[in-house]
Amino acid sequence: MADILQLLVAGLATGAIYALVAIGFTLLWQTSQTINFAQGEFVMLPAFFVLIGTGYFGLSFWPAVALATVVSVVVLGLLFKRLIVDPMMRHGVLPLVIATIGLAIFFKEAVREFYGADAQPFPPVVAATEVTVFGVALALQSLVVLAISIAAVVALQLFLSGTRTGRCMQACAQNPTVARLLGIPVERMILYTFLINAALVTLAAILITPIYLAKFTNGEWLGLYAFIAAIIGGFNQVRGAIVGGLLLGVIDNFAAAYLSSQYRMAIPLLILIVVVLVRPQGLLGRIEERTV
Amino acid sequence: MRPGPRRLAGIILMLAAAFLLAAPFAFKPYGIFILSMWAVMTIAAIGLNLTLGYAGQISLAQAAFVGIGAYITALLTTKGWPFWSTYLLGGVSCFAIGWVLGYPALRVQHHYLAFVTLAFNTLVYLIFRNEEWLTGGIYGISNVPRPDVAGWSMNGPREFYYFCLAHLALVSLATWWLIRSPWGRAFVALRENPMRALSLGVDTRRYTLMAFALGAGLGGISGALYAPLVQFVDPTPFALGLSLNLLLMVVVGGSGFFFAPFLGAMVAVLLPEWLRFTEGFYLMGYALLVVVLMVVCPSGLLGLAARLVRPAGRPGARSTAETSVAGPDAAVQSEGAR
Repeated sequence: MADILQLLVAGLATGAIYALVAIGFTLLWQTSQTINFAQGEFVMLPAFFVLIGTGYFGLSFWPAVALATVVSVVVLGLLFKRLIVDPMMRHGVLPLVIATIGLAIFFKEAVREFYGADAQPFPPVVAATEVTVFGVALALQSLVVLAISIAAVVALQLFLSGTRTGRCMQACAQNPTVARLLGIPVERMILYTFLINAALVTLAAILITPIYLAKFTNGEWLGLYAFIAAIIGGFNQVRGAIVGGLLLGVIDNFAAAYLSSQYRMAIPLLILIVVVLVRPQGLLGRIEERTV
Repeated sequence: MRPGPRRLAGIILMLAAAFLLAAPFAFKPYGIFILSMWAVMTIAAIGLNLTLGYAGQISLAQAAFVGIGAYITALLTTKGWPFWSTYLLGGVSCFAIGWVLGYPALRVQHHYLAFVTLAFNTLVYLIFRNEEWLTGGIYGISNVPRPDVAGWSMNGPREFYYFCLAHLALVSLATWWLIRSPWGRAFVALRENPMRALSLGVDTRRYTLMAFALGAGLGGISGALYAPLVQFVDPTPFALGLSLNLLLMVVVGGSGFFFAPFLGAMVAVLLPEWLRFTEGFYLMGYALLVVVLMVVCPSGLLGLAARLVRPAGRPGARSTAETSVAGPDAAVQSEGAR
């Protein structure tokens, strides 16, 4: 019983991080039909921004995090949109997919070239202690990760549904043409989603890197897991990404513990294939109309 | 078409062919090995160009098929089977598996399809790595023999290079014939406007599956040549990286252009060897080239060349982005031909 609870909490914690990354993924898709194949690398990179801050500039941890957040929002949000997504909007979905694959390789190789191929330790947000809840020892780190992720998601939801800007963004996602007719600056709203995505991946990087260490290959599976989470939940819903992420984290942890650690990776992939074949709109998603 | 570009293309082709035939006499064994690898990878990329470039179905599973072909050949030839039987078996099994993998493409498109095929590739890789009783796990299978052709041993690097080159020539001719046949036109119709193709009576379901199966079959053939070329097969080369690399070869060359795989494989296989002194920066430069190319000209290097040779007036003959004209035409023609 204690084992199961520990696995569940650890699974929910990593799942919550997948959800953060997946939310960014779905936001970009909803507002600008951008499929970001480099999303995993977007999570890998801010961790190295932090390490550069602490290592080269001698900052302490939190100022380095602040610096990394600013750099990420500028590079992975603003520049990514202006330099790559904007000029490619008119080419359709596929060239953008390929451009982001190229971008992923570029980030990966750049980190390997300038920071080395070894995994780097990364300072955790809280010390690695355990707390006892109902007689079960749980890692404090997992609980803090879970709490921070939930707080971030709730804040995002409040922003999207509670503020004027947030509602304008939702309107743009639902129907950009009508949104434009109503006088909403659609372009600026799209830019906001890119900035939010950059902030989300930075948060995810700070939460997940202490667990898996900072390594240039981290993006490969992170991006895949984020996509699987988005697909399980439903690509056109923020809610779906949350459910998908949590579900994936828990399933992944239990599969590794009880089924086979060698085939751990296979289970999310099989789930992905089954969901795409049986229910491509996801568990919570709506069916999108096809244009002829 | 004005005679200029066509003559230019002819001259370039002749020079390329002359270079490929004479090259083994100028290069050391390692150079010949790299050239043979280029030929093998070009075959895999030709397969992917059929699936992606002509039929418009994205696939990130080509490395899995190269792997399946390579493992079948390695497993059976080391047990004494004749090369040709394993070669055929590799091609046919990949064709069959590719056909099955095509079914998701009937339901979903674009990025969904990309991730489903990606998942398939990773699953196959996990099987290669974990099923030690069959594949030897991470230790792989070594001492894969090279075949004899009509009593001639293909053991030397030069002989095996010509063996690969001959296969490349055969595959190219077959593909050239295929894309000019009604099938090829149906593929293009599928890419340009599947709804319209369907309404004109093209059996889009069958052609989608066929596009996947043919692409996969060529992947299998490429793998069947890879195993005796390297003479060692292990799981690592067939991970997702190769699939992405093959996709980039096709796209950098110019998805949907006949010669795209040749050019793309050159950029991805030969250039890194010549630019070895640049070390890790080569890959960074290559990745940047891909991004810039997609921003400037999504129809690839050949699309760019076509645009330079034929400025304005005529739009590039088969670029993915710029032609809704070719699609319906092709569909009508294929209707007429059937």
